[in-house]
Order: sequence, then C-alpha cells, then structure tokens
Amino acid sequence: MKRIYTKEEYCIGCRLCEIYCIFEHSGHQTLVKAFRDEENLPEPAVMVEEEGPISFALQCRHCEDAPCVAACIAGAMTRDPETGVVHHDAEKCVGCWSCVMMCPFGGIHIDLEEGKVVSKCDLCGEEGIPACVLHCPNEALVYE
Amino acid sequence: MPLSLIPAEFNVQRDADLCIECGVCTRQCAHGCQNIDPEDGSVSSDEKLCVGCQRCVTLCPTGALQVVQRAEQGRYHAVWNTGARRAIARQAESGGMLLTGMGADKPFPLYWDRLFLNASQVTNPSIDPLREPMELRTFLGAKPDKIEFDQQGKPLTKLSPQLELEIPVIFSAMSYGSISLSAAMSLARAAAESGTYFNTGEGGLHRSLAQYGSNAIVQVASGRFGVTPAYLENSAAVEIKIGQGAKPGIGGHLPGEKVSADVSATRMIPQGADAISPAPHHDIYSIEDLKQLIYALKEATGYSKPISVKIAAVHNVVPIASGAVRAGADIVAMDGVRGGSGATPTMIRDNVGIPIELALGAVDAQLRKDGIRHRASLVVAGGFRNSADVMKAIALGADAVYIGTAALIGLGCHMCQKCYTGKCTWGIATQDPYLTKRLNPEIGVRRLKNLLRAWGLEMKEMLGGMGMNSIDSLRGNREMLRGIDMTEQELEILGVLPAGR
Repeated sequence: MKRIYTKEEYCIGCRLCEIYCIFEHSGHQTLVKAFRDEENLPEPAVMVEEEGPISFALQCRHCEDAPCVAACIAGAMTRDPETGVVHHDAEKCVGCWSCVMMCPFGGIHIDLEEGKVVSKCDLCGEEGIPACVLHCPNEALVYE
Repeated sequence: MPLSLIPAEFNVQRDADLCIECGVCTRQCAHGCQNIDPEDGSVSSDEKLCVGCQRCVTLCPTGALQVVQRAEQGRYHAVWNTGARRAIARQAESGGMLLTGMGADKPFPLYWDRLFLNASQVTNPSIDPLREPMELRTFLGAKPDKIEFDQQGKPLTKLSPQLELEIPVIFSAMSYGSISLSAAMSLARAAAESGTYFNTGEGGLHRSLAQYGSNAIVQVASGRFGVTPAYLENSAAVEIKIGQGAKPGIGGHLPGEKVSADVSATRMIPQGADAISPAPHHDIYSIEDLKQLIYALKEATGYSKPISVKIAAVHNVVPIASGAVRAGADIVAMDGVRGGSGATPTMIRDNVGIPIELALGAVDAQLRKDGIRHRASLVVAGGFRNSADVMKAIALGADAVYIGTAALIGLGCHMCQKCYTGKCTWGIATQDPYLTKRLNPEIGVRRLKNLLRAWGLEMKEMLGGMGMNSIDSLRGNREMLRGIDMTEQELEILGVLPAGR
C-alpha cells in the first residue's frame, strides 16, 4: 500500500501540513472559513515533532500488524484487509485510550475534554494525494 | 540604549480578514520580525527588523501578508533621499563599513536593453528550431593558430584541452561557505545533468561534491582555501581568481560564524575562524607573476585542463585581459560592475568597476586586432538576467556567460541583499542548520535544469530567427546587433551600428 513518508532532512517545521490537515477535515470550502469556525475546528492528524533544527511530520503509519487494532476493546479500530488502511470509528470508540498506549509512534491523538480519540490519519479518504503531502512546500512528505 | 534612528525599510501589511494566526510566518522569519504571543497565540510584526525577504509572504497559506518597500519618509529631497539618510544613520550607530550582498542595485544604464538583435526577413530564410537541428554546443579553451592535416586528411594539430558546454551558460563562482551545501549541491548536479559547469568559488570542493568534479571549475584565489593536488586533479578547469565584479580590488571575508565544522574541513582552516582572502595574490604583482602561476597550475595538472583567469572589469580592462591571454590563460573571465557577491562593502559594489557590456566590446575588439582572440575564450559575468542578454553578449564577442544571481533566483532567492548576515531565510546563503533545510536539492536541481532548458529553447528560437543554426555563427557577429539611446562613443566601443543604419 502507499504510505506517507517523511524526509526529516527537508522538513522546515513550518507546520503547513497540520494546517492543511485541519482544513481538509473541516468540511469547509476555504482555509479562512475553516479556521473562523473555531468551535468545529478538527484536531490535526499529523503533528510536527521539533527540537532545534531537527523536525519531521508524523502521522499514523497504517502498520501491517497494527497494535492499535489488536488493543481496541470496542472494535472501533479496524484495518481494511484490502487497502491496508487503519480506520477509526468515533461512534464505537469508548475512550479507553488503549490504542494510544499501544501506538509505538504517537500517531493517535486524544481530546482531553471528550475523552475520545479525535484524530488519526485517514490518508484523506485515499482519494489522490493526502493534503499534508500536497501542500508540503519542501517535498519533505512523500506519498509512495 | 539610545533610540535607533535607522528608518524602517518595509511595511508588513497583515490582512486581518485573511490571517488565521497559524504562525507559519513566525516560524519562517529568521530576522525576528514576525512574532507569536505565547499567551494568546496572536501574531504581530516588528517592522524595523523586516529585511523584505518575502519568505513569510510566500509561505502564508491564506495570502494575508504583503511586505512592501516604504515610500520616501519625511520631507522629499532628491539628493538626501531615505536610502542615503538610512545609510548615514546605520554608520552613525555602528561606526562600520556598510555591508551588502548581491549585485549593485543602483539604476546603472543597462546596455543590454539598448541593444537589439536581428532577424531574417524575405531575403534570407530563418530556420525553424523545431524542425531542424540547432547547435548551442560551445568549446572553451585556447584554439590553435592554424590546423594542419596529413595526406589522408587527418588533423596533425594537437588541440589544447577544451571545456565542452551543451549551452553557453555556466554557474558562476559561489563558494561553499558563502552558500549552503544544499545550494552548492543543486548547482553541481544541475550543471552535470545539463552538460555545463559550476564554479567552486574559493571555498574548496566539499567531499559530497567530489563526484561532480568533471563538471567543476575549481578556483584558486588569494586565500588558497581548500587547494590541494586532489582538488586540482578532480576538476574540469582551474580558475585563478584575481577579482570579482562586486568587489574589485578588495579581498574577501567569510565571518567565523559561517565557518562550520564542514566548511572548516573543506577550506582547511580552524572552525569558527574568519576566512580572510587577501586583496591581492601575494605572489602576483605583474603579468609575469600571473604567467608563473598559470604555468604552475598547468604543470600541476599535466597540461590536461584549461586554465582560466577571472578579473573584474575595471578601467584598464583591455590591457589586463590582453596580458592574461599573453600570459597563457586559456579562458579569460570578466565580471562587470553589476556582478554579485555574498558580502561586499556597499560603496565598492556600487561605485567600483565598469559595465560588462563596454568591457566585453572593448576587449574582444582589441584581442581581434592583436590577432590573439583565438588564444583564449572569453567568459563574461555580472547581471545576466535572461537568454536575450546571453545572446547579445555572444554577439558582442563572448564565448559563454557566467550566471550567479539568476541561478540563485531560480533556487528561490528573493534579492533581499542580506546574504552577509548568514540568515538567508531561503536556505541559500546560510550555514544555520535550521535554515539550510529549507532548500531541498532535489527541487533545486529540477528548477535549475528547467531554467537552463528554457533559456536554451529561447536561444535556439532567436538563432533560428537570425537564419543561423549554430551559436558559433553569432559569436562576435556585431552585424546582428543595433543600438539605441547611446552616444557615438558608446556605439563605437561596443562596435555596434545605431538602429536604422
């Protein structure tokens, strides 16, 4: 399956990947509108890790042997056997955070108020190039 | 601390309707102008610190930012304009020389814009480059006085070593140290993949660029940084740098802050030590001394490579260039008053030297008159902006041109002229690891190759229009040029007729 890979040496820490991830999952037509709708602003599924000049964007790796799927007690985390994409069903999620503890990459984010898992990379619905990759100004993210 | 009286140069205009306070501008600004409030996440700009590099403007995802040069401040004065007053305020506060980067930004006459190329009409057919082969290939190096053949028609004359260029455009000298390794890598790879050359400047050849040695013109300058037998050996040509258009007559100074571990290893100087290039070569005080160095380098490389001598175009450029040719230079490179630099005193950049057009016209004509034009190729530098400038230079007698600024703009440079601060926000003229990451050489190579390809297409089109199928037919062909807006004397120096004649 195609995955998003990060090239640490070219990540400039601008965090445009986070911004476009939010926009892509906001349902709004323009970036400005998405950010004006503060109440419904989604959490980014990609996070830039940064210390000094070292930075890289990290999102769900869609592991073949996904530990989050095995750990999920509610059946909310599933891996599509055909595409290999790991999906999260917010309806089923009970907020036990077992997946968060099991994820070796820190690719699953939680909402401290609601207690549920709120964001996890969905490869932008697998339609075309994911927004973070498309808008990375320095080609530090590739989808291949 | 007393109040600074240096007027701000730029207005940072933030459209509140568009700004989403994402903070991209604050993370991209290397000059401390764009700031985010840690308490409430609001963004603001300290305009006094803005250098106009346009990094924030370019990266802003909503187009909320505009950075514009401020209009004249205070009462209008034609002589004591804001620029002149700002310079004095800077010096009154610092007590130092004014430093700057890139080429002269004064409105000097651009002779390229006063010259026009010819085209075929009715009486001589033009050639369609899409249908017929068109030759831009150029050879640089000394050409023989005459060629002799044996009875079978095989040439007996042994040719001097030549550089073979697929397009008569070379990336000019920019040292690793003045520019980042990503920028140097982009230039080296693009040159190798486009069939042309790059110039190491006097920074030595970084070990990761050694694989591009066959496309490298390696410089031997007054500081002799990074010069080893292996450096001379792993090259296409060796260039003795006497002068540079942006700073004729003075040496170079790479501040210790830019001398990182890698730069120190490449230049063979201690880490953090200033790299000072003396103004003159301490072993060259005459043409005879220059000849000794040229032949020392020819001996060192087994007469296998052309030796170039690079000079700044100054008042007596004609005898100097002629002397260099007579001293045995295979290539003479001349850099005009508009030539760029990573760091130069502003007064020198903007006031010393002469325009390359006049230097080229005069030198080519004199070398022809003396019958020694074939003994060296002429490469010119200093402000070549597009393929038409290149064509006009070739018609004025150049064999090829060096481009520096144009290549850097191709890589993303926005001409803020702050190269000397080492804080280039585009990752070009910096060694700061946080900033050098911003130039991905994969993208850089692609962009430079595109630039050369595009210029090549245009040059072929212009050649075809003149009814020529080879760049050699244009070389020194002043009949293909006409001038406007020039005095009789300027036309005479260029060797060009006025338009209408």
